[in-house]
Amino acid sequence: MNIDLTIAIIITMVGASTPLLLAALGELVVEKSGVLNLGVEGMMLTGAVVGFAVAYSSSNAWLGILAAAFAGAAVSMIFAFLTLTLSANQVATGLALTIFGAGFSSLFGQPYTGKPIEIFGSIFPPFLRDHPILRVFFDYSPLVYFSLIMVFIVWWFLYKTRAGLILRAVGENDISAHSIGYSVITIRYGAVGFGGMMAGIGGACFPLILTPQWVEGLTGGRGWIALALLVFSAWKPARLFLGAYLFGLIATMEVYAKAAGGIFKILPSELWASLPYLATIIVLVIFSLRHKASSSAPACLGKPFIATN
Amino acid sequence: MKLINRRNALKIGGAAAALPLIGTPIFAQKAKVKAAFVLIGTPDDNGWNYAHDRGRLEMIEAIGADKVETTVVTNVAEGPDSERVFRELAQQGHDIIFGTSFGYGDSMLKVAKQFPDVKFEWATGYKTAPNLSIYNARFHEGRAVIGTIAGMMSETGIGAYIGSFPIPEVVMGINAFHLAARKKNPDFITKVVYVDSWFDPAKEADAARALIDQGVDIITQHTDGPAALQVAEERGIIGGFGQGADMSAFAPNAHLTAIIDIWSPYYIKAVQSVLDGTWKSGSSWEGLAGGEVVIGPYNEKIPSEVVAAAEAVKEGIINGSYHPFAGPITDNKGKLRVEEGDIIDDVEFWSVDWYAQGVEA
Repeated sequence: MNIDLTIAIIITMVGASTPLLLAALGELVVEKSGVLNLGVEGMMLTGAVVGFAVAYSSSNAWLGILAAAFAGAAVSMIFAFLTLTLSANQVATGLALTIFGAGFSSLFGQPYTGKPIEIFGSIFPPFLRDHPILRVFFDYSPLVYFSLIMVFIVWWFLYKTRAGLILRAVGENDISAHSIGYSVITIRYGAVGFGGMMAGIGGACFPLILTPQWVEGLTGGRGWIALALLVFSAWKPARLFLGAYLFGLIATMEVYAKAAGGIFKILPSELWASLPYLATIIVLVIFSLRHKASSSAPACLGKPFIATN
Repeated sequence: MKLINRRNALKIGGAAAALPLIGTPIFAQKAKVKAAFVLIGTPDDNGWNYAHDRGRLEMIEAIGADKVETTVVTNVAEGPDSERVFRELAQQGHDIIFGTSFGYGDSMLKVAKQFPDVKFEWATGYKTAPNLSIYNARFHEGRAVIGTIAGMMSETGIGAYIGSFPIPEVVMGINAFHLAARKKNPDFITKVVYVDSWFDPAKEADAARALIDQGVDIITQHTDGPAALQVAEERGIIGGFGQGADMSAFAPNAHLTAIIDIWSPYYIKAVQSVLDGTWKSGSSWEGLAGGEVVIGPYNEKIPSEVVAAAEAVKEGIINGSYHPFAGPITDNKGKLRVEEGDIIDDVEFWSVDWYAQGVEA
């Protein structure tokens, strides 16, 4: 395989991985606080349509990203209110959020269908982003670098700060955290809002950097892959990063292999498409063999918390 | 016209169900026709649904708003949901109902049986009934025209075709494109990538990137959106083609031309025959000659001799001197599939499951 093609594959892979990484990082913080929000796809769609609408109207991609973050956080607050304040079932509410996001984005996006915008690409000078070799470092949208910085920030927050420790404590044992005086509900609201923000930005990657247009269902189910990624990564930020790039690589190799033809066509395309899920199941099996029954998921994941006093 | 959604359709349908069904005598002329259009999406999709809705509007203009009244039901999912919609539209007294998606077939056949006096029209369907017609367009004729352009303009001699699923219509679109390209460049190669979806723009875009990174400089697609064209524009390759509608707004440099679906001639004919009382069940499959498939404006950068060659193919298909599937055709495994002097006819068309020589699928 020649160097140009290798670099091209890497660049496409990074693009495909970035929305997964952003959404999964957000959901990691949500789940670490003990909340299971299955509405990632809905929040991504909301972020995608709002991000497109604002970027289109203002001709400013940065504003679009800000708006996407805000919109993702706003819809996540509906989820937070229902599950945290009213203690509704998190699985059902999360699924409802996905359906809501799909419907809302379709309705809100109608006037924006068929409108082209400028792609939000690399902001480096041409001699870097067009350099045949160096472009592997510089030919990316700012959102890509943002996602990489966020891997570090999320890791640092969860494992190196006191606030992160408290958040994890809330996810592992909400009753103990409550009994020593932490407001479980407030902390979880914050986590859910952060998750919504990141899912919104992840969704905005689609109309701003991957395929500069808005159409219904633009995210194509990648919110679900982000959820699978969490299980795959055993809720660890570094492994989450590797997993997102692995899933992105699988998706990229699928199309490159099909285009190359010949020997690469041996794998049927359905198998390529199911590889991320297969990988997740295999990892689950390996973990459960190694850790016996104990799971790496936060102990309070998905359980509603009702303060007794 | 009334734009109604599914819920309203239910309400109106419920009220109308109480009315007795009055049969219309055969061959009776009508003063005003009530026509309904069932769409799988919304008319602003810039593709399939847009084309059908534009066909409806042009039909109203041609026939006159005093003679035809239309109802549009949008976002109707294929399957059981659609059966209810078709039944309600029939109960509301529509004379003719157009179902514009392949997957409406079972529901339409069932409802057509229950309402023998209502005319049903199934787009891209394959089965008729006494009061159910099918209609389709010969998109592959347009593919032969763009294949001619690709064969002459490609510098690498490698074109790409992003497909949805390997169904006969897509396979034959690929063959029509490729065979026409090979007439101009005997070594032309068409690389095919299926994205396994009618609709996943991010994957279409990645497929376009993968193809361009591997030497493709002309790209065409059988999926509905402009995602691949946008990548062609960004990468600055020779170009691509709009599918279903003119997509030049998305890729002013890369958009060479487009295959545009025009449904109005058929809609005018169908509604007029209901007005005249001459409607008959049948199967319509028109293309360039019938004006249902139209080639869009050519990009200025296409050299004039290429435009002339494309126009010649178009004219040839219209006057019958050029057949997109004229033999000899060898498949990509080396087997002779169509003899010299023979063609693939309209019946054989639907059972082709092989690709012509030089297609890498």
